[in-house]
Amino acid sequence: MGFAATLALAGCGDRSTDSGTGTETGAAATDLSIQPLVQVDTEGNEVAKTDTAAAASPAGNGSATCAPTTTIAMAGALTGPNAALGINIINGVKLALDEHNKANPGCQVQLGEYDTEGDPQKATQVIPQIISNPNIIGLVGPAFSGETRATGGILSDAGLASLTASATNATLTQSGWQTFFRGLANDDVQGPAVARYMTDTAGFAKVCVVADNSDYGVGLARSVTDTLGPAADPSCAASIKTGDKDFAATVTQVQGASPDAIFYSGYYAEAAPFVQQLRSAGVEATFVSADGVNDPQFVSQAGNSAEGAILSCPCGPAPDQFKSDYEALNGQPPGVYSVEAYDLTTILLTGIDAGQVTRPQVVDYVRNYDGNGLARHYRWNPDGELASALIWIYDVQ
Amino acid sequence: MIATIVADATTSYTARSIDFNVSALVDNFWQLTIDGLSYGSIYALVAVGYTLVYGVLRLINFAHSEIFMLGMFGQYVGLQLLGFAPSGNTYNEGMLATVVFLGLAMMFAMATSGAAAVGLERVAYRPLRKRGAKPLIFLITAIGMAFVIQEFIHFVLPRFVDLGGTNAEQPIKLVDPKVEFTVFGAPVTNVTLIIIGSAVVLALATEVLINRTKLGRGIRAVAQDPNTATLMGVSRERIIMLTFLIGGVLAGAAATLYTLKIPSGIIYSGGFILGIKAFSAAVLGGIGNLRGALLGGLILGVAENYGQILFGTEWRDVVAFVLLVLVLMFRPTGILGESLARTRA
Repeated sequence: MGFAATLALAGCGDRSTDSGTGTETGAAATDLSIQPLVQVDTEGNEVAKTDTAAAASPAGNGSATCAPTTTIAMAGALTGPNAALGINIINGVKLALDEHNKANPGCQVQLGEYDTEGDPQKATQVIPQIISNPNIIGLVGPAFSGETRATGGILSDAGLASLTASATNATLTQSGWQTFFRGLANDDVQGPAVARYMTDTAGFAKVCVVADNSDYGVGLARSVTDTLGPAADPSCAASIKTGDKDFAATVTQVQGASPDAIFYSGYYAEAAPFVQQLRSAGVEATFVSADGVNDPQFVSQAGNSAEGAILSCPCGPAPDQFKSDYEALNGQPPGVYSVEAYDLTTILLTGIDAGQVTRPQVVDYVRNYDGNGLARHYRWNPDGELASALIWIYDVQ
Repeated sequence: MIATIVADATTSYTARSIDFNVSALVDNFWQLTIDGLSYGSIYALVAVGYTLVYGVLRLINFAHSEIFMLGMFGQYVGLQLLGFAPSGNTYNEGMLATVVFLGLAMMFAMATSGAAAVGLERVAYRPLRKRGAKPLIFLITAIGMAFVIQEFIHFVLPRFVDLGGTNAEQPIKLVDPKVEFTVFGAPVTNVTLIIIGSAVVLALATEVLINRTKLGRGIRAVAQDPNTATLMGVSRERIIMLTFLIGGVLAGAAATLYTLKIPSGIIYSGGFILGIKAFSAAVLGGIGNLRGALLGGLILGVAENYGQILFGTEWRDVVAFVLLVLVLMFRPTGILGESLARTRA
């Protein structure tokens, strides 16, 4: 029911005539932001939020001792066009390490930063460097699905625990790797979860599924369309090109179908102009999308048109204390997957504090880990997927 | 088993992406035509830049797309100087003030693009011309300069100012599209009116400039026979500079109109595909031919808009280029033929 009210608001234009310089990052002059709404399972049913008070803390009891060379590595895109995600992750790792090292003078764990630029080919050169460094006992990463696919085998052969905070391609855990642990739900969970949320909770009877032509967009759209079943209207199922900014024809097509909602399967760079053009054309259907759009840039570029948009994400929301600590250390607010990176680093650190400091010990420790983090409960199946994989639903308000 | 699943998935996806959706085309015919015309006007203005330079220098200035991109940034900075903060929301300044601000934004864009085009000619092409470089060298230089300008906005500029970089700029929207009237049931928005109206005025002005003024006669003379033109007292270097200036100014105007339509399109890579389309439009109409560029732009804009609803949006660029190939097969010099000199009224 709440959506009807949001919907009605979404159409209203706003008048603002302030002057001065605005920053282009973040949701500067708009007071809209992406807020967590509810956590759901694959059936679209609500699941209560994990108790963050019971979350493992990287600080431990303060009396841990370890060799001063003990190192945790992070691998992911730290430069290049996709660096934002890698930076969110490494800053989360840094915060956990900072809290740990401040609390434990006897155990100063080092951080090894390895930049893959998100490129699978670079990753195949970078990951062997990590493996050949005997001080590194655990890895947070690789960040993206492509680079993980390219290097999961050698990491498994080397017996180095690799905990990813962001690689969500579902097939990664089907390769028989022994040391790969995914710290969040995969794409096969997200599609059905958001689709059932749309039909069951939000009550949309007619949804237009619009996908971009990326692997991610096509795969997610397929799984959403399958789960939506008859609610997915094939007459307005459209496909757009990554990099396009003009969606006049798609908007016309969607307008003709007058759906209850539009599910966009792709990234924020296209989603922002798309939602803007939909609203300009008078389409008031709820805009629903997934983690590719769950970024402050979406709100900052789409402005008021983003209002009321529903965005799913396997990533958990950042608690307030985490937000302020993170910002104090890194000078920027946490982003998507920062919390996951922090949680996974914490798991490695509690292992180190418990004396698990060789690579096989760390793998064993993670495999048998069972505890709460800030984002969710962490316990892994033998294949490296979380035992309970949940999706968060956010909305723009 | 697995193979079957994969095959099934692939077929169903392929089947969906090459829809042959005739009914959607028929239902939305006028809407698509109007949208196509507004795009076409933008292509046409950019195409003039390609065509004039080709006419005078026999050079395909591939960096012209980046001149257009710089125009988008130019008007963006201009609006910020005028006190508009980017917000993603629409400013409501009243009709008259909005028109004035749009005009000023266009001036900023024209100045930026015009200066950039002249600068490009100075820095990249003139030294080559002085040394008598071969046409291929010019072409490679043009492509190289396109990358230099793009990557400058992508990597260098954000280090110094709060502009450029990987993400698109947060938009400054002056006008919210509002339906003014309908043509055969298809809504025509104020934005479409501004775009088509401005493009017509600018195209007429260029037409008069090239065909009715002394400067235009000079340009046509150099295009027809540079040596004789020089003997007749036309300064070739000056004409070349002015040709780049005219092309750049029109690209700047097109950039303003484009950002009016797509406010969040201001990004370092935003000129590339549009530039290639405009170049195709110029070739389609007959490169070197002013009216050909204008006509080619309009045809390309409308045709690709029909094509994208007929075959699916991701086929839009394919439609545009297939059309180009088809036209060139039957009319290798484009619809109106090649010569700039022959377009005299």
